[in-house]
Amino acid sequence: MEVILQNLTKKFPGRGRKNPDEVTAVNDFNFEIPDGSLIGLLGPSGCGKSTTLHLISGLLKPTSGKIFFGEDDVTGLPPENRGIGLVFQNYALYPHLTVKQNILFPLENLKGKDKLSKQEMLEKAQEAARLVQIDGLMERKPGELSGGQQQRVAIARALVKMPRVLLLDEPLSNLDARLRLQTREEIRRIQQETGITTIFVTHDQEEAMSISDQIVVMKDGIVQQTGKPQEVYDDPLNLFVAKFLGNPQINVFHGEIKGNRLYIGEDAVLDIQGTEREVYVGIRPEGFVPKADGPLSCGLRGVEVMGRDISVVTFNKASLAPAVRSIISTENMADIGSTTARFAVLPHKVYLFDKETEERIYYKTEAVGQ
Amino acid sequence: MKKKLRDSSLKGWLYLLPAILFLGFFMVYPLIDVFVYSFEEGYNFASQTYFGTGIYNYFYILHDPYFLQAVKNTFILVIITVPLSTGIALLISVGLNSITALRNFLQTIYFLPYVTNTLAVGLVFMILFKKTAYSDGLANLLINWFGGSSVDFIEGPYWAKMFVLCFYTIWIVMPFKILILTSALSSINQDYYNAARVDGTSKFRIFMRITLPMISPMIFYLVITGFIGAFKAYSDAVALFGTDLNAAEMNTIVGYVYDMLYGDSGGYPSYASAAAIILFVIVLTITCINLLISKKKVHY
Repeated sequence: MEVILQNLTKKFPGRGRKNPDEVTAVNDFNFEIPDGSLIGLLGPSGCGKSTTLHLISGLLKPTSGKIFFGEDDVTGLPPENRGIGLVFQNYALYPHLTVKQNILFPLENLKGKDKLSKQEMLEKAQEAARLVQIDGLMERKPGELSGGQQQRVAIARALVKMPRVLLLDEPLSNLDARLRLQTREEIRRIQQETGITTIFVTHDQEEAMSISDQIVVMKDGIVQQTGKPQEVYDDPLNLFVAKFLGNPQINVFHGEIKGNRLYIGEDAVLDIQGTEREVYVGIRPEGFVPKADGPLSCGLRGVEVMGRDISVVTFNKASLAPAVRSIISTENMADIGSTTARFAVLPHKVYLFDKETEERIYYKTEAVGQ
Repeated sequence: MKKKLRDSSLKGWLYLLPAILFLGFFMVYPLIDVFVYSFEEGYNFASQTYFGTGIYNYFYILHDPYFLQAVKNTFILVIITVPLSTGIALLISVGLNSITALRNFLQTIYFLPYVTNTLAVGLVFMILFKKTAYSDGLANLLINWFGGSSVDFIEGPYWAKMFVLCFYTIWIVMPFKILILTSALSSINQDYYNAARVDGTSKFRIFMRITLPMISPMIFYLVITGFIGAFKAYSDAVALFGTDLNAAEMNTIVGYVYDMLYGDSGGYPSYASAAAIILFVIVLTITCINLLISKKKVHY
């Protein structure tokens, strides 16, 4: 099912004397979610991503704007009539019911012509349980399950009615690191097997990038950028998006364009065609290449070996953060000096941003002296 | 390692010692003593002597019409007040929990009886129910208004007196139950309700399948303490009907025990002990039954 959000806005009224100001949690959100895709809503906490999810679920009513599922305008519909499945951050499994009873719960609510026989309900529940691979745990209580298993039960409960749209609120945040990796593969697999349009919320960029067809990066209720994860990563529209995606974070420097050269401090790192001005220079950690005569010189602070790659931690006066992190492959390790490291930078890993608006500036860049 | 373990357990016993001594002197020893008294026939306080040992005391009180009346009264009181007070408290709590305006105000109102002086409460009930030379009481005014004839609730027929006693008891125990239940209700995670809403669960079903099971441990706690409290009822009856409860047919088991010890017909510690032991056995049995039922019905 296609999901269309039109000028979606949610404002929360101020509460009492202490918080008199109205809060705009979601501001003019426009987005079309293609049928059968997996969408990650990504942003720091308080950016309005969960509010957006709750607006789509119907648990919250938008202040203005519309929501369509395909052709249907569902803006005014209560949650139960929208045909959605919702997985809560804490799973909200009923602790006093067994896994089977939990999964059956939504089916038992069906009335009128949708009413199922006991047998049909059991079959559907079995099917949902098989899909998330918990069919061996049907008689257990949620308290007797691990976090990952509870998560699966919650997904099975959301899927058992075959919703038009599946919504997941921070699905992985309560899991430990290893389970998280496993579960996100699971979510991807389940989504592809069922073909249900799925929207999930996360603050973890890695999570969103790894499994989403498209990601929506939000900040302060405003959509910053949407697109395929790799595209957003490679082509961030502003400094916030550039900083939010990528681990380790992008390195940001004070830079200046002078005489067709891009300077970081005293070092001219790239040839550039653009007007003379001060800019922020963002360089992805993988954009550094150690080179004995490289143009960018940094003081060496340490080297963190991570197996396949190493992370070189350096410092530079022009950097906004105290440490400059670069990821280089172990073969290039020899090129790093003992007290200073010199780097060449890859032009396509360097982004320029306006110092006032923090918006991206597009100038043609090349490695120095070519 | 072993020595260390013993040291720490010694320390633990040391910490417990004051409580153990206190409970031993004032709870365990008297309990055993009462048990012993109950088998000593014709025990005399003054001379500290008795004729012999046996089960005569039990035989006597089980044939004493006053005791049987007290047992009957106590059971009626328990059976009526425990379910009613818990049920009404649950209704009020659910109501309180679903409103926002005036909630704190109403909560305070409902809690007032808990902190009100018993004498003041007695006075209020007097105005409500007592028939005097000047007035028939507010309850009778209402009955008259609906076309009924006046009933003497304090010195009249048995059912009227029992009604007042139950009414009074329910009114007295309700605030605490409301307090416990409202806090239990508000501690249920809102996500359960949201999940149920998304699934289109009806209000009634949400209440039966989610709310009730979630607060079942608290309900169970209230039922058990309610049973025990009602079995121990005495002061309420005194507040309403005065100290000569046997004459008013309104005695309770605890009242009977008291009368046997200190009342006008008092001075019979052996009978009092036997009655106390019988009450103890009754309460123990009921509590065990409660626990058994709760194993099946209460979750977590």
